[in-house]
Order: sequence, then C-alpha cells, then structure tokens
Amino acid sequence: MTPTTEQGVIEAIQQAHDAAEPLAIAGRNSKQGLLRPVQAARTLSTAGLTGITLYSPSELIISARAGTTLAEIEAAVAAKGQHLVAEPPDFTALFGQVQPQTLGGIVASNLSGPRRIAWGAMRDHVMGVRAVNGTGESIRSGGRVLKNVTGLDLCKLLTGSHGTLAVLTEITLKVAPAPEQRATLVLRNLPPTQAVAALSAALGSPYAVSGAAHLPAAQASFIPGLGQTPATLVRLEDFAPSIAYRSDRLRTDLAPFGQVEILDDTLSRLAWTAIRDCAPFAGMQGALWRVSVRPSKGPQVAAALEQAFGAAWFLDWGGGLVWIAGPATTEAHNAVAAAAQAHGGTHTLFRAPETLRAAVAVIPPEPAALTAIAARVKAAFDPRGILNPGRMHAGL
Amino acid sequence: MLPQPAPKPDILARRDEIVAGLRALLPDDAVIGDALRLKPYETDGLSAYREVPLAVALPSTTEQVAAIMAFCHREGVRVVPRGAGTSLSGGALPMADSVVLGLMRMNRITEIDYADRLAVVQAGVTNIGITQAVAGQGFFYAPDPSSQLACMIGGNVNMNSGGAHCLRYGVTANNLLGLKLVTVEGEILEIGGAHLDSAGYDWLGLLTGSEGQLAIVTEVTVRILRAAEGARAMLAAFRSNEVAGACVDSIIGSGIIPVALEFMDRPAIHACEAFANAGYPLDAEAMLIIEVEGSIAEQDFLLDRLKAICAQHDPISLKVSTSAEESLAIWKGRKGAFGAVGRISPDYMCMDGTIPTSQLPHVLRRIGEMSADYNLQVANIFHAGDGNLHPLIMFDANDPSSFAKAEKFGADILTLCVEVGGCLTGEHGVGVEKRDLMGVQFTETELDQQRRIKSAFDPGWLLNANKVFPLKGLAAE
Repeated sequence: MTPTTEQGVIEAIQQAHDAAEPLAIAGRNSKQGLLRPVQAARTLSTAGLTGITLYSPSELIISARAGTTLAEIEAAVAAKGQHLVAEPPDFTALFGQVQPQTLGGIVASNLSGPRRIAWGAMRDHVMGVRAVNGTGESIRSGGRVLKNVTGLDLCKLLTGSHGTLAVLTEITLKVAPAPEQRATLVLRNLPPTQAVAALSAALGSPYAVSGAAHLPAAQASFIPGLGQTPATLVRLEDFAPSIAYRSDRLRTDLAPFGQVEILDDTLSRLAWTAIRDCAPFAGMQGALWRVSVRPSKGPQVAAALEQAFGAAWFLDWGGGLVWIAGPATTEAHNAVAAAAQAHGGTHTLFRAPETLRAAVAVIPPEPAALTAIAARVKAAFDPRGILNPGRMHAGL
Repeated sequence: MLPQPAPKPDILARRDEIVAGLRALLPDDAVIGDALRLKPYETDGLSAYREVPLAVALPSTTEQVAAIMAFCHREGVRVVPRGAGTSLSGGALPMADSVVLGLMRMNRITEIDYADRLAVVQAGVTNIGITQAVAGQGFFYAPDPSSQLACMIGGNVNMNSGGAHCLRYGVTANNLLGLKLVTVEGEILEIGGAHLDSAGYDWLGLLTGSEGQLAIVTEVTVRILRAAEGARAMLAAFRSNEVAGACVDSIIGSGIIPVALEFMDRPAIHACEAFANAGYPLDAEAMLIIEVEGSIAEQDFLLDRLKAICAQHDPISLKVSTSAEESLAIWKGRKGAFGAVGRISPDYMCMDGTIPTSQLPHVLRRIGEMSADYNLQVANIFHAGDGNLHPLIMFDANDPSSFAKAEKFGADILTLCVEVGGCLTGEHGVGVEKRDLMGVQFTETELDQQRRIKSAFDPGWLLNANKVFPLKGLAAE
C-alpha cells in the first residue's frame, strides 16, 4: 500500500488495526536490511507522501512529507546556502539498494553522520512531526519553531523508533547555514589509542572541530586523499579566515602526535562523505556492526574484536563510533555484543543476512523494568502490535 | 487561579503514619513533617500558587530515593519532585496530599572526564556548579538559564531548560548523555551513559522535558564543551520592532549564527538600563544584543559583517563592546531583566511562548493592543534567533482583580503564539501555569496519546499529578 495522503495512511492502519493484521512500514526500502526482519503479509509505504511543505531559511526550518527523498531536501536547502546539521548518511550503496532514501526513513532510524560528535544527532534537529499511531489516530508533536517544551517530546521518542510506534507522515527539521569552507588535518601512522588521544585533544580545543575519525590502512585506502596508511582526521568547517587561523593553531596543538597534512575543501568534502557513508565496507561481504561507546574505549573494542574474529574496523565520532566488519556468524555477533557491553556501550547489528538478523538480539536487550515500560509504551501507541512487529526486539 | 486536584482524604488522614514510614527509611534530619518547616516548600518561582505538602523527604542517595518511591508507591502517596524550586511554571508546586521529594542534598559531582568531554553529576548540583567545576580546564556546560546560579541540573533535565545561548549550543536535551532514574515503583534504571545515541527507544529524549511525570532523575551525565577563545557583544538599536525583526532575518540569512541574539523592546530597554547602566539606547524602540565567539581577529571579522548587515536597517546606533567589562555590562542588563522589571512594578508574570521569528512584529503589535485593553504594562524580551518570547506582564498581587487580569492577558498571549504557528512554552515548561491551555495546542486525541505514555511509566498517576495535563485527564485515570 502506498497512500498519497495522510488520510490514506490513517485508513490503511485502521483496517489493519481492525483486522489485527501486522504491517511492515517502509519508505523506499533503502533500509530494509537494517535490524530484524519483519514478518508481515503487507507493507505500508510512505513513498507516496511527497513534497516540501514549508521552507523558511531565515527561521532555519524546513518541513516535508515523510516520503520526500532526502536528496530533494538537501538540494532545496543547499540552494539557500544551508545544510542538514546532523549530516545524515546515505547507506543505499552499503545496503546494495538503488532507490533513494526518504526523509521518513532517515528520521525513523535516527542515523547521523560525522558531525554528530559536535552538533548532535538527527533527533536533535527534529522540531516537529505528524504521525499516525497504531489505531489510526493522527498525532502531532513539536511544531515549526526551534524551541518548544510543550508536552512530552514525542519527536525524540518517534525518531529512531523504526516505525514501531507510529508512521511518520510529515517532519520539520532545523537547518543551519552551510559552512563557507572546510579543511581536514591528517595525522599518519598513529596506533589507535594515540589516534583517539589526538582526536580528544582536537575535540577539547576551542576550535569547534566538526569531525574526528581514525582509519587503519586498509580502510583509509577507500577514502579520497588518504592513501594506504593509518590516518587520523580532524575536520574544521567555518568561514574562510577561521579555517586558515584554526588549521594553523590545531597543527601546533597536534604537533606532539606528529606532522599534520591538510586536505583542502574539495578533498575534505569527498573524504568525509566516504566516512559518513561507510565507504570502506560498502563492497565487503559478511556482517557489519556499529558500536557506540565512550570515545576513549573505541580502540579497546576494536582490539578485542580484531583478536576475536579478525574484525576490520574504523572509528568515527572521536573514537565513540566503532564500525566493525566480520563474518556473519552468531559467534562474531556475540563477541561484538560482549565487547560493547564490557566497555559500557551499545551495539547494533547494522547489516547481515536475514537469517542472522532473525536469530540474534540486533540491539542490546534492556533491563526487565525498562522492557516492561517499553512494552507499555508500545501498547500506548499500537495496542494490537501491528506496526513493524519485531523490528527492534523479538516479540515487541 | 487554576484549581488543584482534590487531595485523597485517606492519605491526609494517615499523615502521621506516612511521615513515620518515611522516617523509618531516612536519617532523622531528612524528613520534614511539621507545619512550620514545611512552609518553605509550599511554592516555587510561580509564587502566586501555594500549597503546603504532606511531608518533605530529602534523600542523599539514589538508593534512598528508590526506598521512598517504593514506599509511596505501596501506600498510594503522590510525589512531587523538587530541585531548587526555581520553576516559573509551578513545576514544583506541591499538593496537600503529596510528599515533596527534594533532591538538593544530592549535590555531588561524581566524575569529570575531559578526554571524553563529560561530567557525571547528581540531580541537586546547580547549573552554574557544573561550569564552575570544569572552568579551570577551559570547559563549560552549555545551557545557561537565567536562574543558573540557583537552579539544579535535575530540574533542568525535567524542564529541558534553555538559555540565551541555545541558538549555538542547544537546550538541555542536546547536551545530555545519560540519566540515572528511579521509577514510580522504586526501581533504579540507567539509560544512556558515556556514549552517544544508545540503540533502542530514545528514553533520554522522552525523559528530558517530561516535567517529573515519568520518573525521578537522580544523576545526570552531561556533555561538557571547551569554551571558545573569547566572546564579544554588540548593541544595535532600531526605530521600530519591524525593522529590528527584519534585521534578525538578515543576520540569520547571511549565514552567521551568533552565539546569542537577544531582542528587547522599549519598556524592557528602559527597565534594564535603569537597573544596570549598561549604556542601552533609551531613544530606541527595539534593541538587539548580538554576541559572537572566537579569537579577537575572528570576532572582528564577524562583527564587521554584522555591523554591515545592521547598517542596512537604518539603525539609531551601533555599538561594539571594546572590552570584557563592556560585554559584561551589556549582559548584566539582559540577564537582570526580571529583577529590573521587579523594580518598576510590584509584581510581574514572565510568559514563555515561542513564535516563528517572522511573526515577531505582528505579535508585538497585538501584545501592545492587549496591553492597552487590559490596562497592564508589558515589557518584551525575546531570544530572537530561536523565536522564544518572554513578555513580562506587570501587575499588583495585592489587588486580586489585577492578578486575574494578568493571568488572562498571559493566556491570551500564549494563545496568540499558538495561532501564529508557535507554541505555549519554549523553555519554562507547562507546569501548573499552562496546564489548562494545553487544549489550545493539542487535540484531545494528542493529549490522550501523551497521557497513555504517562500511564505507561506511572500507571497510578502518582508523579507530579497536578501538572502538564488538564485535570479531567487525571479524573479519567
């Protein structure tokens, strides 16, 4: 089903609710391979809900229907010299898809790019939503203003809920002026713990670093401008005079870690787009995980998994986001989950064959008291459990 | 005055037993049950509303909070959490049959980690206390509500507090990593942690700004940031609100996001200048305080661009601060605005709507008309970059008709904010004050959706039950 109006979404969900018939919720299916497979005879797609409904550059606000492609939104804001702050990634290649991703999909999965470390996640920039819950009721939360604490914040709850609570029909995002210029400082051949120490020094500087990543040689070779050596990258985005000044100061501050090379604006764009989209693992077979952890623990997680199953990996978010590639086996998955837990972080099985995704906890189970609350919250939106059942946790 | 929920007679009748039950869980000095010492807890920053609670409990640990919650849950006693009691919306207003859970003794900072840029602090640590603890290393905690000297992080989390610098650094929700919570049943839970973006539902986002409706926050992991090299402010004065509003549009449209962009109208300028002697232009109808950050050269670069933009809007005056002292004086006027208005009026009510910034001239014109109709003065302060409007309505609390008029005036302003595409509250919260206006912004279906989420956490509606939702919802439970 691909309704073209919110009313159509309402009717489709009401019917499914009345029949207690589960629905798979999708946009253009670019993230179908994410998390657990959903067992549902029918799919409700928001791909027919398209179009930008409001764009007010001087109020830093854009609203669009959920099925609008992200590319259309990015083009509209770029035409006014603005950008999406959380730098949403494009994982269509990673998932072997051809259809472009939609606004609803990127918000429902709360995926953010390298800028997340400095400027927040997608969920930090969702100012308002319209959605239809599991009984077919239309609900709004937030609005079209930047500061709003009226009532419970369902914008954040629905962002990242993977269509399990309600179907997003329209979303308002905060946007920001795009930087005039970018530059990237690169340090070579640092061991991972040294690399993260360098990234921490940069992120703890007064120079508003907006990207901080480290790649071993094999992964660096997929990033434009890096070549085949371990590379530690620090990004600046600002007005041109600030880029010149801040690059210079950071070069001095990072001198204890080695000699700094600088990637110019063009190469910076290419390099960070490749990091954002996980280019090093796009062509790789097997499974892919993301672990979110205290930044200084990133290298330990990576080392543990290298030892456990020869994991390939790289670090974003100053060390706090560990991308891990390895065999699509339960053993490897359990090793990832254990390493994340041992270091106080969380894992997501990001890409894997359906059999593995159906067999394991793709995200960590929650403590019993929270699991009980989650079940009641799910029921508060979707009492018959018809929206994307089992997408995040088995049985929920 | 808004009505309060009826107290449960059986709870009132068992007062002594409940106080004794709390004393069995806590040290002697941590339970207050006598009328005289309960009195200070009867109100908060919305002082027109007062209700003495049944008892006050002052735990020092999360485990004590859990014991209190388990006890109150078992006994069916309502609980009102309280930090410093600075809420401007009545967020800490007790009910006669409630135990106030005061978190001010939980005031320790348990961890500071500069390499990973975080601090773990108990709920009763003050907002400024976090910044003071990390300032020596050049770091700070970003959200800076005007009450930051007194207000506590637990309250900031529950109200999702903002401040003058959220245009650049975001509000509380954007600066948190994790929470330690106690559920209504007395279970201790940890959500988030030292990492970003936990997998699963965004409990951190839902809890932030939940106004004590869902759980008790006892410990918070906050992001700390390295401060910029320096900051400098400029003042731009204009002939009309319209022109100043157009200038705000031009600034944001230019690609510069100042760290602060504050708007004051004529009454606010006059009140603040009389208070702070900041050199505010008394001949202006509207004034902007614009602040930028960076090295001296970077500040100069941005201020030159901003001056050029302002110059296109026929300003009465443009003044760039030339020293740290001058910048402080400029901010002293703005940050002291509430006190300044307090000097010229016996009482005032601080409203907190948000509007699309393009609607500012229209909204100020309408507020001016209402001010004449109600015969009550109003001064307007506005976080211009993000649309958060603070009209200060002046009245005389000794005259009940004056208070009633002021409350009605305030409700009219907030209704106007919603009508032009904004919302009831940008940073103060719904609390008691705006509880019965929720139907202006939300449909009954939407309110029921929120109530069901509340019920998922707090099935018996024991937590802060006199706030946020119009009372009939409470009856329905």
